[in-house]
Amino acid sequence: MKSRMIAPLAVVALTASLAACSTGDDALTPADADALADEEVTLHVAIDEGLEEEAVEAFETRAAEFTEEHPNITVEAQEYTWTGTTFAADLAGGTLPTVFTVPFTDGRGLIERQQIADISALVAELPYAGQFNETVAAAGQSADGAQWAVPVAAYGQGIHYNRALFAEAGLDPDAPPTTWEEVREAADTISEETGQTGLGMMTSSNTGGWILTTLVYAMGGRAEAVEGDEVTATIDTPEYQEALEYLHAMRWEDDSMGDEFLYDWATSHADFGAGKIGMMISGGGDYGNLITQNAMNPDDYGVTVLPLEGDDAAVLGGGTLAAVDAKATPAEQAAAVEWIDFYYMGKLTTQEGAVADAEALTAQDQPVGAPILPVFDQETYDQSQEWIADLINVPLEQFAPYSDRIYDQPLAAEPPAATQDLYATLDPVVQAVLTDESADIDTLLADAEQQVQTLIDRG
Amino acid sequence: MADTTVSLAVRSAPPAPSQAPPGGPRGGRVAAWIRRGGLSTLVIALPMLLCFGLFSWFPIARAVVMSFQFTNLVTAPEFVGLENFTYVLSDPLLPVAVRNTFYFAVLALLFGYPIPLLAAVAMSEVRRARGLFAALAYLPVVVPPVVAVLLWKTFYSGADTGVFNTIAGWFGAGPFPWLQHPDWAMPSLVLEATWAAAGGTVIIYLAALTSVPPELYDAAEVDGAGIWRKIWHVTLPQLRPVLFITLILQIIGTSQVFTEPYLFTGGGPANSTTTILLMIYNYAFGGRGDYGAATALSLMLAVVLAILSAIYFRTTRRWSTT
Repeated sequence: MKSRMIAPLAVVALTASLAACSTGDDALTPADADALADEEVTLHVAIDEGLEEEAVEAFETRAAEFTEEHPNITVEAQEYTWTGTTFAADLAGGTLPTVFTVPFTDGRGLIERQQIADISALVAELPYAGQFNETVAAAGQSADGAQWAVPVAAYGQGIHYNRALFAEAGLDPDAPPTTWEEVREAADTISEETGQTGLGMMTSSNTGGWILTTLVYAMGGRAEAVEGDEVTATIDTPEYQEALEYLHAMRWEDDSMGDEFLYDWATSHADFGAGKIGMMISGGGDYGNLITQNAMNPDDYGVTVLPLEGDDAAVLGGGTLAAVDAKATPAEQAAAVEWIDFYYMGKLTTQEGAVADAEALTAQDQPVGAPILPVFDQETYDQSQEWIADLINVPLEQFAPYSDRIYDQPLAAEPPAATQDLYATLDPVVQAVLTDESADIDTLLADAEQQVQTLIDRG
Repeated sequence: MADTTVSLAVRSAPPAPSQAPPGGPRGGRVAAWIRRGGLSTLVIALPMLLCFGLFSWFPIARAVVMSFQFTNLVTAPEFVGLENFTYVLSDPLLPVAVRNTFYFAVLALLFGYPIPLLAAVAMSEVRRARGLFAALAYLPVVVPPVVAVLLWKTFYSGADTGVFNTIAGWFGAGPFPWLQHPDWAMPSLVLEATWAAAGGTVIIYLAALTSVPPELYDAAEVDGAGIWRKIWHVTLPQLRPVLFITLILQIIGTSQVFTEPYLFTGGGPANSTTTILLMIYNYAFGGRGDYGAATALSLMLAVVLAILSAIYFRTTRRWSTT
């Protein structure tokens, strides 16, 4: 009788002590996880919103396979797709799934503010933990290098272009621009010859700062300088000045940027999909959205790398992180890492996972095999592409200007501190340059730098 | 008349007990309170009190507490005194947002205050199909605000093929950068907001106009007053209490403008339509989750509006009752 009472008490005590650990400075350790390995857990995992029946079935099959391996874990699928504003509310309200995904941009902020669970000790135990591409891994690391969130997909920024508009303007769709001057000329030609927007520029919901910073990175600049624990905003710089003057010239001298200067991610992609935009700078992994959600004709799609000009020019990286709810119990955290390893990383590291994922995508007519950046190394990526070679359904030759060169371009992580705040502060700067011909770029940049520094210092 | 009512109420109250009941003075008071119907009143009011308490008063109290905390609602909150307030007050965007909100309010008053009044007066003068005109005026109010804004957003397209620019083109004008220029964006927002909200105010004015005694118009007519003099000397003075109420409601409403800038422009271009409420929203949901700053600014806005309302009512009390 006594022993039957002690066992649950011990579990409660262990759970309570682990809970205390998890909310303190110490992360859940592998030893803790082992102690909880057999505890019954219900794990709420994210499943994309609005999937077709076949895709849901494919997901359930994967979940059943997982449960077979981990009989103590019950998997409950919860519809979830990351959107900036609903994510903030869900995070605050505690209504996120236990395992969810976020863009790289949000990773460092969530970690700094301890809004996700510290699963770094468990991630370190995964067999491939030391093999992540360093730049990619940085998006999910705390300042001391602990991997709080796991990168599950990565891309480098690129220039998406409409091959049909290129052809209509008399440009060669197989030879997209390779310098910023050529980009400007191509935009001007498209605008002149087709009447459509030459270069569409996102400027709202933090995308203005994001794309401006992409330009700055490609011109050799950076948004922040890190020295020890100190982060300094580096916005009032020649590179930001150059990038804004470049946009100003395209807008006011060439008039090649169309009539819409308040694009956000969704509206710019909708117009690009509708054939109203000749070129657009965005993440290299946007093909799926453009084809499936914005009904773009796959034949019209083209993508190329960003021209890199300047001493330290680099491609701004992006991607997706898998993270765990900060309020998850230790047992849930342990189960969540098992799920991340099985479901998200299995696609990249095992043939079974890669094929299952590709089949699920095929089932709902989603693109399979669009080139992205390796989360690990080139070899692992090539291997995973080989596994799904028979299922690839995207026009790979149209990706060639991007995929032939992106792997050789230096990749740089996003600004580490207050990333979204930095982008948000730069939105009005970009908007001012595109909507006011007499905008004072010097003052705009000086003010923005001061504001961003205040936000970095606020923590 | 008021005195009579009071005296009747006093007379109808049950006589005070001449002797304390066995339960003591407090028990007696409770029993008397129950006998007077206090308990049944409380039971009837309880659901309403619970609803208000849970969904209105508790969040207000919680917001006051949060305004003194550094919190993201995930990690443990930390009391930071007045830091959120000083942070918000030193934010360079605050004066811009205040100025924009004030600009919106002034434009909305210029467009949105006289137009419904004129429309209501004109409708009240119409002999036939008044109901039809009232329904037509009210129609925009029925359209969900988000739908209305998204519809107008397509009308406001900056391209020369946009709806409004096409219309302007018929008269040889435009194309205009409706939402795409810092100087144009706010008036464009106010135009839509006026269209969307005028119907409700028109209905209020129409209802108020029916209470104007017709003999006043007859008397004015006998004295030789034309339509403008009738409006100036009869209609407006009679509508004065309603006009005061709608004015203060409009000031409060426009100070809290959010839907239009959020959906039309997201506060752009270049913060030209960033309002106080949009700023609060961005603090909370713009990515950082700075609920302390958001609630601090909310609280300051609420206090300013309360003071404004109090001053307004104090200064206009005499006018509205005479």
